[in-house]
Amino acid sequence: MEILKEEPLPPEVPTLVLPNTEDVMKLGDRLDGVRLIILDFPKFTDGRAYTQARLLRERLGYSGELRASGAVFIDQLPFLLRCGFDSFASAERGFGEALAKARTLFSVVYQPTGDGRATANELRLARRSAVAA
Amino acid sequence: MPDTHFYRYDDYDRALVRERVEQFRDQVRRRIAGELTEEQFKPLRLTNGLYLQLHAYMLRIAIPYGTLSSRQLRKLAEIARKYDRGYGHFTTRQNLQLNWIKLEDAPDALAMLAEVDMHAMQTSGNVIRNVTADHFAGAAVDEIEDPRIWCEIVRQWSTLHPEFSFLPRKFKIAITGSPNDRAAVRVHDIGLRLWRNEQGEVGFEVIVGGGLGRTPMIGKTLRAFLPKDELLAYLEATLRVYNRYGRRDNLYKARIKILVHEIGAEKMREEVEAEYAATRHSALKLAPEAIDAIARQFAPPPLRPKRTRVPEVEALKLENRAFALWLKSNVAPHRVVGHAIVTASLKPAGAPPGDASAVQMEGVADIAEAYSQGEVRVSHEQNLVFPHVAIEALPAVYRALERLGFAEANVGKITDIIACPGLDYCALANARSIPVAQSISTHFASLARQHDIGDLKIKISGCINACGHHHVGHIGILGVDKNGLELYQISLGGDVDFGNTALGAILGPAIEADKVVEAVDALVATYLDARAEGERFVDTYRRIGAQPFKERVYGNP
Repeated sequence: MEILKEEPLPPEVPTLVLPNTEDVMKLGDRLDGVRLIILDFPKFTDGRAYTQARLLRERLGYSGELRASGAVFIDQLPFLLRCGFDSFASAERGFGEALAKARTLFSVVYQPTGDGRATANELRLARRSAVAA
Repeated sequence: MPDTHFYRYDDYDRALVRERVEQFRDQVRRRIAGELTEEQFKPLRLTNGLYLQLHAYMLRIAIPYGTLSSRQLRKLAEIARKYDRGYGHFTTRQNLQLNWIKLEDAPDALAMLAEVDMHAMQTSGNVIRNVTADHFAGAAVDEIEDPRIWCEIVRQWSTLHPEFSFLPRKFKIAITGSPNDRAAVRVHDIGLRLWRNEQGEVGFEVIVGGGLGRTPMIGKTLRAFLPKDELLAYLEATLRVYNRYGRRDNLYKARIKILVHEIGAEKMREEVEAEYAATRHSALKLAPEAIDAIARQFAPPPLRPKRTRVPEVEALKLENRAFALWLKSNVAPHRVVGHAIVTASLKPAGAPPGDASAVQMEGVADIAEAYSQGEVRVSHEQNLVFPHVAIEALPAVYRALERLGFAEANVGKITDIIACPGLDYCALANARSIPVAQSISTHFASLARQHDIGDLKIKISGCINACGHHHVGHIGILGVDKNGLELYQISLGGDVDFGNTALGAILGPAIEADKVVEAVDALVATYLDARAEGERFVDTYRRIGAQPFKERVYGNP
């Protein structure tokens, strides 16, 4: 299995491995000091971990490494990145190259998430006020 | 070319659709090269509108809120000619299906669609589907606000939503802006109804957990009044609760209606409200400028009041009985004096409901350009609508429709049947639907008789998944399979219009295909014998109950 991540971490980091049925809002002090959270995709069609990821990033302010593992394939990457995953355990061939491209596959996004990308609406508003100014 | 009076893509929308086509082109290439298994490819093609049917791939094209420009309709005709067999099928979800697409052609067909700012995204798969609306939006007399403004806002928010692209099951949203609901909002995963409260503010009633399918349910009101600018926060909260807790162990129990049913509307409300409380002041809250920018594009066409009594119309009415009936059934009032909303019937006697050839699509585009501000709507009853026609143009529109075979004066009548594609096309079906619809519409072809029978909605599904909405037909017909035999189960009393949502009740044992027309005839005869002044079929049924109908169909026990 090939582990891809943007910033490699030393092997003994405090880690939390969570099933996708875990209510992340109830983790409480189990999150303290954690630097790696591994979320599971038992099947790639089971999308519960996307919600877990957004809650961890956007509601709980988790800023450590967030890894997608299990049934993780190239075509999920644009969604995974937008939900705050920054590390991926995938056995699929060509995953590394796909990851490099995934950020620019779509130049436009409509939904505000915690990934910091400006949405189409934000860009439209900025453009209108620039024209007005 | 007339200007459109609905949302126009800007360069952001166009870029996204183009990039999506290129992504799918690469996915198709990988599938054909064997780099993707069919299991992996399936959800990717489904969310690009590509289904695998009985005989071939089917491409389901999104027509957001059922609104098309004549230019877009011409492009659909061109695509049907180039990549299909020269015709298409308008569906109950205001989409267009092409039934004979080749996998390797699909990316090119999608690229052609993108040329006219259209796509096939999220018309299938376990995602938020194409959002539907009242087909009279922007023209109806009773409208509080054009629901399509909100459909477009929801369309953008739901397109490639990163969190909700692998839901437990499909998710359908419908919006109405009129008290007379023409969008069936109580039988959707989420139905939104715009209304004005006592303070004079307009907001949404949010109805969750309705649906047909094998477990039909009427949705529950989770929130009576939602401020409009918090719509996306509330939708995201609802979808999040569903994504977390919706069942994934059983395909047939995975829709949100089952979750609402199992945990109860109270608990569901509590969960959604808690999530909404946490995000209502986030970036999901819509800025007034963002709403205005979209609303402006739906500004109604500048129609000037015109004559309502037109001598040519009156003369033709006396001279041509079919035209007089057509005025009654296919022409509805418009909010601007001297104008009307015209429904073109895609249900001529004996024809498959909802089908249109490329030539017919182009003919409809011509009429729209000449007489309806270049605009056409697709109704959930599988007809096409010209939303802005001057009364003085009605004779010309009627004659043009006659030439296309779309002038049948049967809207809302017994031959205006909704039917799913059924066993002729669909891999899920147990029985054929279209031939049953055809035999009923042939039997009741007489317009005078249809108008005497009055408003009567027949809805036919070829299997329990209920794509033909049989649960809400005044007469519902469901195809079932009994030991390899195609049988049909009849239900009575369903309704979905004007807020009277009700589910039909099964009348008795299923009957054979060649007995269906006879049974419908018996039901109609029972009604004609028993009806009181002004009663529709469904009103009489509600008053006298199932027994007299049952006896007439099955005989006395």
